[in-house]
Amino acid sequence: MADPAIPHAEQLRARFGDKIAECIEHVYEVATPEITLVVAPENLLEVARALREEAPFRYEQLIDLCGVDYLSYGQVEWDTEDASGEGFSRGVEGEGAGRFDWASRPESTLQPRRFASVIHLQSVHHNRRLRLRCFAPHGGLPVVPSVIELWPVANWFEREAFDLFGIVYEGHPDLRRILTDYGFVGHPFRKDFPLVGNVEVRYDAEQGRVVYQPVTIEPRVTVPRVIRRDSRREQARSESAAQTAGK
Amino acid sequence: MQEIRSYSLNFGPQHPAAHGVLRLVLEMDGETVRRADPHVGLLHRGTEKLAESKPFNHSIGYMDRLDYVSMMCNEHAYVRAIENLLGIEVPERAQWIRTMFDEITRILNHLMWIGSNGLDLGAMAVMLYAFREREELMDCYEAVSGARMHAAYYRPGGVYRDLPDQMPKYKETPWHKGADLKRLNAWREGSMLDFLDAFADDFPHRVDEYETLLTDNRIWKQRTVGIGVVPPEKALAWGMSGPMLRASGIAWDLRKKQPYAKYAEVDFDIPVGVGGDCYDRYVVRVAEMRESARIIKQCVAKLRTLQGPVIVRDFKVAPPHREEMKRDMEALIHHFKLFTEGYLVPEGETYAAVEAPKGEFGCYLVSDGANKPFRVKLRAPGFAHLSSMDEVVKGHMLSDVVAMIGTYDVVFGEIDR
Repeated sequence: MADPAIPHAEQLRARFGDKIAECIEHVYEVATPEITLVVAPENLLEVARALREEAPFRYEQLIDLCGVDYLSYGQVEWDTEDASGEGFSRGVEGEGAGRFDWASRPESTLQPRRFASVIHLQSVHHNRRLRLRCFAPHGGLPVVPSVIELWPVANWFEREAFDLFGIVYEGHPDLRRILTDYGFVGHPFRKDFPLVGNVEVRYDAEQGRVVYQPVTIEPRVTVPRVIRRDSRREQARSESAAQTAGK
Repeated sequence: MQEIRSYSLNFGPQHPAAHGVLRLVLEMDGETVRRADPHVGLLHRGTEKLAESKPFNHSIGYMDRLDYVSMMCNEHAYVRAIENLLGIEVPERAQWIRTMFDEITRILNHLMWIGSNGLDLGAMAVMLYAFREREELMDCYEAVSGARMHAAYYRPGGVYRDLPDQMPKYKETPWHKGADLKRLNAWREGSMLDFLDAFADDFPHRVDEYETLLTDNRIWKQRTVGIGVVPPEKALAWGMSGPMLRASGIAWDLRKKQPYAKYAEVDFDIPVGVGGDCYDRYVVRVAEMRESARIIKQCVAKLRTLQGPVIVRDFKVAPPHREEMKRDMEALIHHFKLFTEGYLVPEGETYAAVEAPKGEFGCYLVSDGANKPFRVKLRAPGFAHLSSMDEVVKGHMLSDVVAMIGTYDVVFGEIDR
């Protein structure tokens, strides 16, 4: 059994040291705290194996694995800092996925730390959860190692992340698309993939078969994306910062 | 000697036993399955991407449509994730209502499962019995939310509205009249809590009826005992949860181990199987229905005395009362802001899971501080379960594949998302 007196985050830091890039503790006001480990792709397998096999961790279950595309993180479509002479028309502009179609989609850019593969682990033995985040290296294809040899359930989850985000899992024996249509082009959950999609299907009575055609729906966003400076939260944040500084 | 070669067989997507739109490509050797390759995604709607393009509350309705036979449990995971990031405490009464409706949902789901699994394996009558009780519970859904299935009843901070004082009654029609109508309305004279109390008392007897049809039924046992055995260590490796895990002998239930809502305060047992085969999973689910009735009974008793709000009075998150809006400027502004822009969720990430009837249903939510989620990932139990299909059915007969699909309790709304 693990020593319950030592916080789990400390255990993780002590065990893995510089193998992990970050160990983030999320503390919520009402929910149980969560821990995220940020691991570089080259260390992922080693860390994951230790997490599964070593007695203080024993994360024998992989609960979830998913891709995240951090492109456009924190981007807004509604200016809230300054006064504006415009009316609602200012909410019509923006670059969110709901605003462009296939033809006018932005060119795919590879910003550093864009794609991440996020793993949720659970230890039935210790009744604990842990999140691992692995950013794909910058440049070229987003490639991260597959954890299928440690947790067989990762098979379909990795296929899903490949299908939806185009993240390539090195070592996966059968990396096929899983959720999208046969012959689908593109990776639909990327932030630069249009929300309205690319093609639609319908039954064509003349040809007597189902045909593919470009989508006929038009992109439309009714509620712009907004981030506001919330004075209550800023106050709370500065107070807690002052508290930790005072300690 | 004639040479028999293996051939591949396409099963579904249009097949009554495919539970929706599962397409299975089976490699057969005679009647034995050599390899099974499930093709999923025929119901993929991109729910997660749609959720990214809408304010938080707009997506609650999508959650109902994921696992469309356990609607409120899906909503529960989603609203819990939002509540984690917002840091809001849900009022006591709302938590009890959620606990009660989660269990109603569990019974709804298991009734659907026992009916359709019965149909798959040739026990036609169970469906008719199961739908009789489903009807009564769906009336409860309708009484609180107005919708029989896609309720959108849970909201971040509580539930949409309080329980009704009066349970709706059947009206006289040419098909329901006289003694028949009286029987239908027997439990509906009082409030919804009275109705549920009567239901929870009566329900174990109804479960006895299903058990008479199946538990000792020779054909049922021939079709399920020793079929699709999942050893406990495999169950963990394949990411199984819920009844699939418990039938393999692992007493793991999030309601007990990581309690949410009011599960820490109710008394119930976790049924656990020993063999991990289809029959054990049947027994576990039937026992779970009985436990759910027990929990409902306790929630009803609690809700009779516990009064109070059912949603937080934080107008940055939940709308003010309509009455207040008529006389209070502030309330009107809050209402306007909430319904045009929504609320902003502080930057951060969280994973919230609930013990849905099928297993662990989770919601991984990443927010960058905006009024729309940055990323929503819905962890569907059926997705992990179905991925073990190939390994489990290898070496079984074709008819056992049908038994296995049934026992997974797959619903493609959640698997394909």
